[in-house]
Amino acid sequence: MANLTLVQAINLALVQEMEKDDRVLLLGEDVGLNGGVFRVTEGLQKRFGDHRVVDTPLAESGIIGTSIGLAMAGLRPVPEIQFEGFLGPAYDQLCSHAARMRTRTRGGLTVPLTVRVPVGGGIHAPELHSDSPEAIYIHQPGLKVVMPSSPYDAKGLLIACLRDPDPCIFFEPKRIYRAFREEVPEDEYVLPIGVARTVCEGDDLTVVSWGASVVQCMQAIEASNRSVELIDLRTLYPFDMDAVERSVKKTGRCVIVHEAPKTAGFGGEIAARIMERCFLHLEAPVQRVAGFDTIMPYYKLELEYLPDTERIGKAIEETVAY
Amino acid sequence: MSSLSDPAHATTGGRRPLADRTSATPDELLDWLRQMLLIREFEVRTMQAYQDKKIGGFCHIYIGQEAVAVGCTAAVQHADPIVTAYRDHGHALARGMDPKYCMAEMFGKIGGCAKGKGGSMHMFDKPNNLYGGHGIVGAQTPLGTGLAFATKYIDEVIEGGKSRHVALCFLGDGAVNQGAFYEAKNLAGLFHIPVIFIVENNGYSMGTAIHRGTTMSHRLISKGEAFGIDGYEIEGMDVIDVQREMKAVADKCRETSRPAMVDMKTYRFKGHSMSDPRKYRTREEEEVWEAGDPITRLRDALIEEGLIDDAAFKALNREVKLQVRSSIEWADASPEPDITELFTDVYVEKFGPYLGTSMPQIVTDQENDR
Ligand SMILES: Cc1ncc(C[n+]2csc(CCOP(=O)(O)OP(=O)(O)O)c2C)c(N)n1
Ligand SMILES: [Mg+2]
Repeated sequence: MANLTLVQAINLALVQEMEKDDRVLLLGEDVGLNGGVFRVTEGLQKRFGDHRVVDTPLAESGIIGTSIGLAMAGLRPVPEIQFEGFLGPAYDQLCSHAARMRTRTRGGLTVPLTVRVPVGGGIHAPELHSDSPEAIYIHQPGLKVVMPSSPYDAKGLLIACLRDPDPCIFFEPKRIYRAFREEVPEDEYVLPIGVARTVCEGDDLTVVSWGASVVQCMQAIEASNRSVELIDLRTLYPFDMDAVERSVKKTGRCVIVHEAPKTAGFGGEIAARIMERCFLHLEAPVQRVAGFDTIMPYYKLELEYLPDTERIGKAIEETVAY
Repeated sequence: MSSLSDPAHATTGGRRPLADRTSATPDELLDWLRQMLLIREFEVRTMQAYQDKKIGGFCHIYIGQEAVAVGCTAAVQHADPIVTAYRDHGHALARGMDPKYCMAEMFGKIGGCAKGKGGSMHMFDKPNNLYGGHGIVGAQTPLGTGLAFATKYIDEVIEGGKSRHVALCFLGDGAVNQGAFYEAKNLAGLFHIPVIFIVENNGYSMGTAIHRGTTMSHRLISKGEAFGIDGYEIEGMDVIDVQREMKAVADKCRETSRPAMVDMKTYRFKGHSMSDPRKYRTREEEEVWEAGDPITRLRDALIEEGLIDDAAFKALNREVKLQVRSSIEWADASPEPDITELFTDVYVEKFGPYLGTSMPQIVTDQENDR
């Protein structure tokens, strides 16, 4: 066991998979010599050489498209996009190629690609450096979408993505890159994609969240005197609806929390599924605490935009009292 | 060693008399000096304000590249549109933005040029025909083509005359690798669009030295040739050279309604952003470029010609220092945005579709109280 930050856990997962599997290679802007903008790939070029940790030109479409080609040929590329906002130029390659290759070839080709992307707000960065675009990629059939909220989960889930035969987007919540440490086994382990984690158990209400918001939820739950069950989805597509269903059938109440804008955010999908599966068990309308339907603001208003313990706590109270 | 670390780039090409080098008037020359001093002082204070946590997010400093923004801007007319990337404070000031609006923008205050909503990377000044300030590397280049297309359309189609404007589109040496740039060049070449792509070639894209990330880095202008775009290599450390050569390029583009591409050799004296230990380059290399400081060069040239003396230079310096200091005071005093600002300016209609829907209660209450 080692006490690691999220950044260190991801670095460790990459090291271990690269040691085991020569097909794994990293690509991205400044990932090699400089170790990446958030220093996630620090030391890896030194260790594995510049053939396996490749500093690319500044060209996201090229980085992702080239990675897809590598993956189609059987390699296991792990490109890094520096911030979620820079997925824009890569969107075409991800959604027109990576996501569709298997269907298009009727199973003939697959794209074992893991795109690592820092995501979300809370670090005083402006728009395009603080956004939460997960719903866009969840909505695209053919992609798997993962977003851990802790160092332990990050390591196990990243290894799962690296070994997965399908294209995965691995969103790394940058707000908690170094916010806290956690015991992480030194040996490799895999956490299955599609399985949620129950962070804490409770009877009054279920909170469903993912990414850095999970930490906000934990604080809000601690501050409330209700018995709240917190489910961290961890993987957003596929997602563990069974876990949500079990919990909501027990508590009868649910609040969903995410940073992304509310409208057409992934919370809407979860709410609809709860309606489909738990209708007769519901004691209150499902509430969503989310970012607003606006552009992520510059830092002065960032904390007003992001779901915080106050807004989450209020939603918990209202839903319990309904 | 890359060609950019060649000291030859950092020194003047001999001392020819000013009259041979420029047709600018003494007042114009002094104004260029004042502008460069203003940008320098502004950036020094910006770094301090960042350290003092008055500025958040990312902040890219223009120190070292002052001659580029000032010289290029001086080479065109005020009506010619300009668009650039995120290292944009220099372009904003050179275009005539009052430093207080620029500073307040970075402070995230209401008085900023974009009400403090954009920050350091997003300087906009419509009255001065500055169209940003853009954070996605390379994505501003098709906008440059579009802005120039618009001037041509207005000149020719709407006003029925001859195309008589050019647009300046600045980008970095890293940005030349973005696909969008190639689409922008092809459109410009194909449609005879008078846009000038000015690559501010400071040798690095974050930590990536140009030859590590870019093919044909010794001859960047080859990247325009395939699109029928004339290329020019200009030493960007001397504002007199920059203005003279850019004026020739711009005049030709204006005359022929054709695009151009400029490889403008320059150097950023500071890190990529505020959190950059610059491990990817040597102190020796930095010193070589620092020795060719664009401000010192113009100052010395003007002193040699007797256009300014030490006392006058000091007075000019004092003037810009005061101006920047008062811009900081003004930005400090400017109000913080209140929460309603989250919901304005997303759509043209105030609060657009938000009224009665996703606005939090506190905003609705606040509005009702007004
Ligand atoms: C699409 C996109 N990818 C990556 C980045 C992150 N980034 C910001 S600036 C930069 C380097 C750009 O270098 P260059 O174009 O040479 O401009 P300079 O910083 O030297 O002015 C990078 C990689 C970004 N903002 N947008
Ligand atoms: Mg550069």
